[in-house]
Amino acid sequence: MIETSNLTRKFGDVTAVEDLTLHVGEGEVFGFLGPNGAGKTTTIRMLACLISKTSGEARIADYEIGNSADCQKIRKIIGLVPDNVGLYEDLSAYRNLDFYGRLYECSDAQRREQIEYFLKMLGLWDVRDRPVRTFSKGMKQKLAIVRALIHDPQILFLDEPTANLDPEFQKTVRDFILELKREKRTIFLNTHNLDEAQRICDRIGILNTKLVAEGTPEQLMESLEGRKTQVQLQQVTPAVTGAVGRLGLRYVVSSGNRLVIDVSDPEKENPGIMEAIVAAGGHIQFITEKHATLEEVYLKLVRDEQ
Amino acid sequence: MKLWKAWVIARKDFSTFRTKRYVIYSLVVVPLLISIGLPILIWLGIGNAPIRPSQLPAIISGLNDVFNAFSFLFVMLAGFLPISIGAYSIVGEKLEKTLEPLLATPTTDGEILLGKVIAAFLPSVSAVYAGAVIFMVLMDAVTSAKLGYVYFPNWTVAVILLITVPLTTILSTEFSVITSARVSDARAAQQFGALIVLPLAAIYLATEIAFVSLTPANLLIISAIILVIDALLFSLSRATFRREEILTKWK
Repeated sequence: MIETSNLTRKFGDVTAVEDLTLHVGEGEVFGFLGPNGAGKTTTIRMLACLISKTSGEARIADYEIGNSADCQKIRKIIGLVPDNVGLYEDLSAYRNLDFYGRLYECSDAQRREQIEYFLKMLGLWDVRDRPVRTFSKGMKQKLAIVRALIHDPQILFLDEPTANLDPEFQKTVRDFILELKREKRTIFLNTHNLDEAQRICDRIGILNTKLVAEGTPEQLMESLEGRKTQVQLQQVTPAVTGAVGRLGLRYVVSSGNRLVIDVSDPEKENPGIMEAIVAAGGHIQFITEKHATLEEVYLKLVRDEQ
Repeated sequence: MKLWKAWVIARKDFSTFRTKRYVIYSLVVVPLLISIGLPILIWLGIGNAPIRPSQLPAIISGLNDVFNAFSFLFVMLAGFLPISIGAYSIVGEKLEKTLEPLLATPTTDGEILLGKVIAAFLPSVSAVYAGAVIFMVLMDAVTSAKLGYVYFPNWTVAVILLITVPLTTILSTEFSVITSARVSDARAAQQFGALIVLPLAAIYLATEIAFVSLTPANLLIISAIILVIDALLFSLSRATFRREEILTKWK
């Protein structure tokens, strides 16, 4: 659905995005993480045909970024929620949506249906005739998302959709994005919120001008330290550590009664580890998979890159 | 270009500008000042003074020049009124952060610019016409008894209102919109936009010192020149409307 190959954008001497190569499949939610100035917004702007690329290739569906005729077609099949909501404050919520619906060439009936459906879904139907300036930040953010959906786009670009919202509104917006995910829409999500990315995204890319890492949240978390099995025992004795050592596995003792063991294939290795520990007289209380958090992965990758 | 999209943008701008007090004031107060103030001046000058029949030809000749010059004030008004709306058109979208979602729609530069031009043109030209009608009615009321005939309407004012005023409104609107797309501050856009009034003021002064006579023929020549500039400015506005620059360089 979204393909880029060595996509690069420079502003004068400054490279905002360098050699970005990625693929986002249909119905996938792709999260883009990165520090401020990493090029996330520039990437979305290039993909939404708002700014040009310096070099490289990018395609949305079967249309080519950079081809002006294709850009008009791309704009019809994408929805964009920019980092600033950008609503007409003096117009009502309904009028804002109706305006965009017309520009997206929706029929009268489609506009009416879509506006009613989404405003009711997000609890804004009763305030549809109020000027947007009277809305809270969260209401405006929801309205901006509806605006991007008014023409039923195949692909949705969301640039920091929950930034500056309080936790309650963040959850409302996040739940709405999850609802869109269930509808199998392709979503490209720029976010600083690692928890949000982990909960919502099928795959995540970490950008710091260049694409530093890419994968599912699980793959990224495993990538930092590999996979680990954590075994909590009544007591970690020399007999137990000796038994684990004899399996040829690296381990560390943590918090006095926990063994954190490096494993490459836990489904195959864990039964043998359990048997060895029990045979060595260890009393197992819990066994869990331990991996780095997404935050740890993110911070390490970004700092390494810097 | 889809004209209906330009109209959609213009209608949205009408709704937005309706809530902006400074736009309403400039569209209502300035035309009213001219259309009511000038007849009052004439009334104060000749309204109560007795006129002997021998003085009438000289008075008619003098009034003819004064009335033509006054009528040309509506051309200047047509140059002035669109500035407040036109200057805000693009820079206003940028300041309110609405430009990015607007540019993300399948709308061409030409459609956006035409919409902005219509949004500034229609209210301005309507205000000029309303002011001109009030002006002509009051002037006739003040002078018809003295002159023995109704001065307005006449061919000069017909050319001014039906040809020169719309073309000048378009000229000012286009100039303001171009300015609005090139600066990042609404006030700067208005100040630059106001430059368009200068050549019109020069023509007005030229009529006052009898360097130019505002005959229908001369007005048609002036209108033809403005028409050519209008066409050039619309091409220029499309050529100089750089979405990317507006999005990435303006803060």
